[in-house]
Amino acid sequence: MLHTLSIGELAALLEARTTSSVELTRHFLARIERLNPSLNAIITPTAEAALLAAAAADRRLAAGERGPLLGIPIIHKDIFCTDGVRTSCASRMLDNFIAPYDATVVARLKSAGAVMVGKANMDEFAMGSSNENSYYGPVRNPWDTTKVPGGSSGGSAAAAAARLAPCATGTDTGGSIRQPAALTGVTGIKPTYGRVSRYGIVAFASSLDQAGVFARSAADAAAVLEVMAGFDPLDSTSVDVPVPNYSAELAAPASAGGPLKGLKIGILREFFDGLEPRNAALIHAALEVYTALGATTVEVSLPHLPLSVPAYYVVASAECSSNLSRFDGVRFGYRCEQPRDLLDLYKRSRGEGFGAEVKRRIMTGTYVLSAGYFDAYYLKAQKVRRLISQDFRAAFSTVDLVAGPTTPTPAFSLGAKLEDPVTMYLNDIYTIGANLAGLPGMSVPCGFIDGLPLGLQLIGPHFAEGKLLNAAHRYQEVTGWHRQTPRGYE
Amino acid sequence: MADWEVVIGLEIHAQLATRSKIFSGAATAYGAPPNSQASLVDLAYPGMLPVLNAEALRMAVKFGLAIGATVAPRSVFARKNYFYPDLPKGYQISQYELPVVSRGKLTVLLDDGTAKTIGITRAHLEEDAGKSLHEGLANASGIDLNRAGTPLLEIVSEPDMRSAKEAVAYMKKVHTLVRYLEICDGNMQEGSFRCDANVSVRPRGQEKFGTRAEIKNLNSFRFVEKAIHYEVARQIDVIEGGGKVVQETRLYDSDKDETRSMRSKEEANDYRYFPDPDLLPVAIDAAFIADVRATLPELPDEKAARFERELGLSAYDAGVLSASRELGAYFEAVLAELEKTLGKPVSAHAKLAANWVMGELSSALNRDNLEITRSHVTPARLSGLLVRVVDATISGKIAKEVFEALWSSADSADEIIDARGLRQITDGGAIEAVIDAVIAANPKQLADYRSGKDKLFGFFVGQVMKATGGKANPAQLNELLKAKLSGGA
Repeated sequence: MLHTLSIGELAALLEARTTSSVELTRHFLARIERLNPSLNAIITPTAEAALLAAAAADRRLAAGERGPLLGIPIIHKDIFCTDGVRTSCASRMLDNFIAPYDATVVARLKSAGAVMVGKANMDEFAMGSSNENSYYGPVRNPWDTTKVPGGSSGGSAAAAAARLAPCATGTDTGGSIRQPAALTGVTGIKPTYGRVSRYGIVAFASSLDQAGVFARSAADAAAVLEVMAGFDPLDSTSVDVPVPNYSAELAAPASAGGPLKGLKIGILREFFDGLEPRNAALIHAALEVYTALGATTVEVSLPHLPLSVPAYYVVASAECSSNLSRFDGVRFGYRCEQPRDLLDLYKRSRGEGFGAEVKRRIMTGTYVLSAGYFDAYYLKAQKVRRLISQDFRAAFSTVDLVAGPTTPTPAFSLGAKLEDPVTMYLNDIYTIGANLAGLPGMSVPCGFIDGLPLGLQLIGPHFAEGKLLNAAHRYQEVTGWHRQTPRGYE
Repeated sequence: MADWEVVIGLEIHAQLATRSKIFSGAATAYGAPPNSQASLVDLAYPGMLPVLNAEALRMAVKFGLAIGATVAPRSVFARKNYFYPDLPKGYQISQYELPVVSRGKLTVLLDDGTAKTIGITRAHLEEDAGKSLHEGLANASGIDLNRAGTPLLEIVSEPDMRSAKEAVAYMKKVHTLVRYLEICDGNMQEGSFRCDANVSVRPRGQEKFGTRAEIKNLNSFRFVEKAIHYEVARQIDVIEGGGKVVQETRLYDSDKDETRSMRSKEEANDYRYFPDPDLLPVAIDAAFIADVRATLPELPDEKAARFERELGLSAYDAGVLSASRELGAYFEAVLAELEKTLGKPVSAHAKLAANWVMGELSSALNRDNLEITRSHVTPARLSGLLVRVVDATISGKIAKEVFEALWSSADSADEIIDARGLRQITDGGAIEAVIDAVIAANPKQLADYRSGKDKLFGFFVGQVMKATGGKANPAQLNELLKAKLSGGA
């Protein structure tokens, strides 16, 4: 079955003309039609445009053109602007918004021949850790539909896990790729801040937002990231560092003495404080695999990490309070009925257009930037951010990568944490540090607890995506966790 | 009644003359149809990001160097957050804690001839907002975002000015400078150059500043002067009436010549400034500064000093002739033309040229409302006229007549002089003959003069000039007439 194959295998079939992009696209569109209703992973399927794009890819293939993503279906998180297709950010505010442009990520994947089959559900404006904050309703975890898939890129993660497409894009501001990847048993990578252009991504927290990939394996993720990444003059924070050929690096023959010989992995001590023993045992088992592959492990400490959650919620909320001011009912998006005057237009358009979590963060952000509070909150949080960066820098002076769990627990039940935002926020405790320091991070499936998947998190120094992908790939060569498919989606 | 001292600081907004906006590629031309020059970035569409226009930065640095300021090696763009329909993002990108330019100064020449140095606290880059339009729309407001994102340099002075006149002199100086630097077109009607005035009063001798009011959006020198006058009088009235000046923002109504309260400090927005995470801090290195410095023209003060030093002009004349780059260029072009005929300009020639440029030429330009670059009389034609004054072919009085003809025709000064027979009579014999005839025709006046009525000397001068059509060389005439009248003949 086509949906069980890797991107590399699908590309080979397309190149051999054994299958066509149209056939492949039809296959995944049919899966979306059949399987999505119980998952709610897709907000907007794009069947018509997808078949046109697939036909175009087939013509390019027929003309002899080759490419790792040429003709391969993909799902975009509904935070990426897509020319002519609704970009809702899972918000009532943008329910009617059709962007007249493609995000750079979308444009690059489009020109590489990837075929968008749909736009994925998410937490509204990427704010959430359970994908329950969506105007279009919650996404369900394909491993157990009473559980959440994680967030904010929960739709992309669930879609990848349920094989609704071979890969999906996501964004990660405070763990929004890695956490749902872990909870749905797929491979997810958040690149270095500045590695992938933010142009055309509806901004949540500009200094933290970074686009990345969900895929079935590190090798597949590498193929997609290679196309997405790279300098973009339209994003002043994108960094002009050449993009390595990740796939070629993964394909390189392993050195004698183990494929990861010489790799030093730091085990993050703070990530195991109070961690549930079964969860800790899985992570340690994964690290033993790494030792067997030739890597050495040593314990490292990030002493300021416990401060990451409060620092994050100050910085991210501050930036979002300003970023979301443009949604005022004046030029695009939701506008209330019959506004009495300007103030009424603002108040009701925003009051009716935004969901509760978005409002909570706008209010928090407005508060921490206010006169008299700025120093105590925003400035203090920036200081914490610098300390956390220094912690990581110190760790990377002795090790190549650091490792630990992606999440404290497997997927939790829908509704379990909705009433308690702080408990919900604490779910991101292990992922937020990489965002605050702008570092690349990955989540790799590493086992199951009570039938629910769990992820091993790897974090590297700036622009060490290649190293991360290689470490994940070598692990996946000798383990099978990433090949597990939820029942009903085989 | 107390003796009051006025304290004024100005915040000048100069629109930078870049072709495109400060953070988007949209054009900045004035007067285009509404919203035809607003890109998706200017409209603040979701996912749009700002990219700094390097030319705007270069212009800000140029200004900084021209006022001897510190150019920050690292400056930061910040967001100023507030809701308004003409502010599409809900925040304005400006600079707050780390502006690109700080601690500069400018020296202004006051009417009494003294010079005063005004401190410039900072100059920072920011984007302009759009415009709300309320006219001609029933029960609705229009928004034109063409101006949104236009680059502005906000130039903030120290509270160093002590009168409306000083404030205007400073504003004019900045106006001159930005046009010299070619970083702003200075067009005040179109809003390219405008200011907010912070005004307070305090009893003379008191060190502590009084409470200030900020008068917004003054877009002419006259309005600045009138608004400050009104505001000073208002504040003194309030205090002397036992009241207190409140810190507030006021608007000047030029029709009624008064300022009105817009909002008080309590109603003021909390702008929640914070560094814009979409823009990296701007790094400016020594090479960039050197590069910009190399493009600096001769500045007004330098030019004025050179005019005084090399041409012997008075400080006043040198100041006037260097007040605009175009006027200075015209004056120097006249000197260059004179040099072709008369050799290296001497102080007397420079003074003559200065008088003509500042006098006849400037009034003709004013009368016809023309910029000097569009003068009907080119430097070469004016020089042709001045050469004839220097070589005494015509008198200064006749020269004015020739100038009028130059202004309204394409002929050269020589052609006009010849065609109209205006050549000055310098032949002593010819002048004597006329004098003799005039004396002979006025025996009574002669007798009166000789009996002590000295004033009649003017009468004889007038008669001789009338008889010669004004062409008699005045100096020669004076000398000969004096001799004849005193009975030399």
